[in-house]
Amino acid sequence: MTASDAGPTMVLVLAVAVLVGCGVILLLERSLTRILLGVILLGNGVNLLILLGGRSGGAPVVGTGPVDEMSDPLPQAMVLTAIVITFGLTAFLLAVAYRSWYLTGDDEVPDDLEDRQIIRRAGRNEAGAVDHGGEGPDGDPEQVDPEPARRRLRRGRGDGPR
Amino acid sequence: MLVLLILHLVAALAAPLLVRWWGPRACYPLALAPAATFGWALARTPAVGHGGAVVETYPWIGQLGLDIALRLTTLSWLLTLLVGGVGALVLVYSARYFEPGAPGMAQLAAVLVAFAGAMLVLIFADDLLLLYVGWELTTIFSYLLIGHSSERRSSRWAAAQALTVTTLGGLAMLVGFILLGEHAGSYRWSEIATHPLPGGGYLITAVLLILAGALSKSAVLPFSSWLPVAMAAPTPVSAYLHAAAMVKAGVYLVGLLAPVLATVGPWRPVVLIAGVATMLVGGWAALRQNDLKLLLAYGTVSQLGLLVAVTGAGTPAAALAGTAMLLAHALFKAALFLVVGVIDHGAGTRDLRELSGLRRWSRPLFGVAVLAAASMAGVPPLVGFVAKEAVFAAFTDDPLVLTGLVAGTVLTVAYSARFLWGAFADRPGVEPVQPTPIAASMLVPPAVLAVVGLLAGPAAGVLNGLLHPYAELLGSVDAHLTLWPGPTAALGLSGLALVGGGLLFALRGPLAPVLARLRSPVGGNQGYEWVVDRFDRIAIEVTGATQRGSLPQYLGIILVAVVLLPGGAMLAAGPWRARLPMWDNPLQPVVVVVIAVAALLAVRARRRLTAMLLVGMTGYGTAMLFILHGAPDLALTQFLVETATIAVFVLVLRRLPERFSARPLRRSRWARRAIGVAMGVVAGGLALVAAGARRAPDISAAFPDLAVSEGYGRNVVNVTLVDIRAWDTMGEVAVLVVAATGVASLIFERSRTGPRPRRPESADRAVRSDRPVWLRGGPTLYEERRSIVLEVVTRLIFHTVALFSLFLLFSGHNAPGGGFAGGLVAGLALVVRYLAGGRYELTEAAPVGAGLILGAGLALAVGTGAVALLVGGSVLQSAKLDLSLPLIGDVHLVTALFFDIGVYLIVIGLLLDILRSLGAEVDRHIEATDTADGGLAVDKGGGP
Repeated sequence: MTASDAGPTMVLVLAVAVLVGCGVILLLERSLTRILLGVILLGNGVNLLILLGGRSGGAPVVGTGPVDEMSDPLPQAMVLTAIVITFGLTAFLLAVAYRSWYLTGDDEVPDDLEDRQIIRRAGRNEAGAVDHGGEGPDGDPEQVDPEPARRRLRRGRGDGPR
Repeated sequence: MLVLLILHLVAALAAPLLVRWWGPRACYPLALAPAATFGWALARTPAVGHGGAVVETYPWIGQLGLDIALRLTTLSWLLTLLVGGVGALVLVYSARYFEPGAPGMAQLAAVLVAFAGAMLVLIFADDLLLLYVGWELTTIFSYLLIGHSSERRSSRWAAAQALTVTTLGGLAMLVGFILLGEHAGSYRWSEIATHPLPGGGYLITAVLLILAGALSKSAVLPFSSWLPVAMAAPTPVSAYLHAAAMVKAGVYLVGLLAPVLATVGPWRPVVLIAGVATMLVGGWAALRQNDLKLLLAYGTVSQLGLLVAVTGAGTPAAALAGTAMLLAHALFKAALFLVVGVIDHGAGTRDLRELSGLRRWSRPLFGVAVLAAASMAGVPPLVGFVAKEAVFAAFTDDPLVLTGLVAGTVLTVAYSARFLWGAFADRPGVEPVQPTPIAASMLVPPAVLAVVGLLAGPAAGVLNGLLHPYAELLGSVDAHLTLWPGPTAALGLSGLALVGGGLLFALRGPLAPVLARLRSPVGGNQGYEWVVDRFDRIAIEVTGATQRGSLPQYLGIILVAVVLLPGGAMLAAGPWRARLPMWDNPLQPVVVVVIAVAALLAVRARRRLTAMLLVGMTGYGTAMLFILHGAPDLALTQFLVETATIAVFVLVLRRLPERFSARPLRRSRWARRAIGVAMGVVAGGLALVAAGARRAPDISAAFPDLAVSEGYGRNVVNVTLVDIRAWDTMGEVAVLVVAATGVASLIFERSRTGPRPRRPESADRAVRSDRPVWLRGGPTLYEERRSIVLEVVTRLIFHTVALFSLFLLFSGHNAPGGGFAGGLVAGLALVVRYLAGGRYELTEAAPVGAGLILGAGLALAVGTGAVALLVGGSVLQSAKLDLSLPLIGDVHLVTALFFDIGVYLIVIGLLLDILRSLGAEVDRHIEATDTADGGLAVDKGGGP
């Protein structure tokens, strides 16, 4: 086999397609464990996809064979880091799953409460920020300047400025 | 000039400390900073007085062509005097205005001084972008000052409104500046002004945008609503920002640009219409106010309208009148604000309906107020009169504008009278206020301002000479400032205005119903409120519509986009490979079938453990494919990672329920599958297209040579990791450290740096006599969880495995292996120790903290890079060390090895952290729940 025609084969493309497809289906689940398994499947598929970007061949170790029959080392280096990162991510998501189970008794990802609240408020046609909307300072009896203590004493008698 | 800016910065930074020592009295030393500005500007009078300029330039951001270009000309000289002089007086005033121990005093003093500095940046800037920087700094400081009493809702509202309006204008102005600067080829105003400006549609847009900024800053219609609301600020702040300094920035900008831009189409109509309308509306609103400070605020709005109209009119006479008015307004308005502060302080109210008998309280205060108000009304011989005369004279040939100005002045006279009457008249039926004595330092600043206003009137000739150079920028000036112009039309109009204003004030009783009925739009915040409310509503609706809160939904949308966009592009343009071999190795199809079946079964699996094992199978299968592809390093790493993954999974799955919870809706299941299939097809297509799409030669073609010649290693993949693309690896190990820390922080409820679990001594001793101990942690396990075979095997292989990991690490540069693989092997050795002997055994095996190992690894990796830099190479460059060691012989050491050792340590640290958290700490949780209530019902998964 020469370097020019050594590339993906039909079965490898099939492997990428199946791994990515299955990974996506699991990724769209609500159980964190399933999502994590989906991430791993997806990761395997994508790693394979990246690897297919370079030619196949002998091991990329100088001295073990002719250099131009060597497989492409660059995607390999990229995929190597990706594999280890996926492992770190796996551990982290497992910790999240455990934490979720520890706090709520399962590892399902619920809908975001904050978002749900906003949807409810949109339904009720309410405004958002607390300081905005509703009455402005014109409606505030203490319209201006707070400092002098005497004014506060005086307000007991009159009804304040404005 | 830069020294002055630095002085303000230093003073602002020192302010909190000074306030802590001396309380509000710290304002006295702080006043020295603006006072120095005033003195400096005064000393530059000869240099600027004849049309000259003081210039300083310092390089700043060379790549942007942005220098700190400072330039003082007549107009900026005038502003500098005002900002410095009024600033110093206001600070002196503040020293007694605020009571000792007033909350937020440190911040207030610091921000006030910083604001003065920012104002100087704005005034001194010759570069438009630098001007913008100063502009926005004043906006931010004004936000902080207005919102001084942050515990009050009205304060926060006012601050936010001022910020929103002026920042909006500021941003528009920035766009205008950029349009202008890019077309003119320079951002230096002194250069733009001296070269002919290329015409075109952009210029009109730029002018409109810049005017939006200027008008919003100076609270001119339609942006005026923020200024009255901003009176929530303490009175000294109002006197400074909202009378003398910040609101003048807009007028200053109009005055600065008018000599060049006043002839551009929309400039004059916009400036004149907005200015005159603001003057009338603001004046009318001022007549309706009962709060003295609000009266002044609306008066300020009105006067700012006048200033913008006059300075922007673009004739030499108007320019001269504008500068005189600028000076006069700063003098009388700041003085009046300070008087209101004194009244407020002494009488405890500013409501004119509650004030009575104040005239007898302090004659000097009354005198100051009369002087300042008379100047505002334009009574001779005060400076206000001189300025107003000049204004009328400048517009004699424009009857429409002149009518508006005269009408505005009538209102000005009326509200000036109303101010004096409101503050000092005796009201029948109102109990006279019993005011407290006035501190001298609160009376002197307004008095100084009022007296300067009195002296500047007769000194109109001097003023005329000083301000003339600015007016000459617009052409030859035949107008001049004078106290007695002779019997001119302007003088007649001044008299008319005084009489009209007096009448309007005298008829306030009969006119009251009209005043009450005719409400001006300036006072109402409804416009601003409506806009803010609309934005709020739109934001909520958009968020509600797009952010449904469901993770699968978000992911689904993203994935559908991936299918449609890159997938569509692929269909449209992909160079498809004509012939593709089915396989290039007979083992390939076998492995792929295994992978495919395992993946499909994993999707259908109902039990967690089954699903995990099936996914692991695809991992091992992928590793096989790596081998067949010619990637031994990848295969090695994948095998190790897959094993470690299974181990970690088992640690967690022992706690999670055995089965996945019931499947939700069928319909969404089909949608998920459809997306999955589509994504699979797209990924497969990408594999096909990417392989056939190569146009340029591989960049990795040179890697084998590079690896040997520069990286001194034969394993190209490893050299790529630790040398050629070492930055990638650096980022990656950082991610690993973060992931490890994240895992630990999710599991540990307390700090993980505390003492690690040590094996109880009693258990040790009790069992020692019983039977041979293979692992010292073993006896701490429950009998039913111990496996003596595992303990023996562990005892036998642990050190061999550890040694093997070191071998992989050291040989990795020239043969498959390296830091990742070595670290994983060492980590797996620890996993085995933990599985065989439990958490105490883990401490025996690795008696150091995971954090320490992670930190050491990261430090080593970073240090290697830094050392290369220190000895003169590029970061992470490799060097070869040839050592001759006794007994061992010649050793060839590549510095990249140290980087790899860092990677090795980090991977070990990651695994150790995982074991400590998901292993040992979860064990502790289990024991805690077991002893508490015999364990939760769900706790029946597999165990180690």
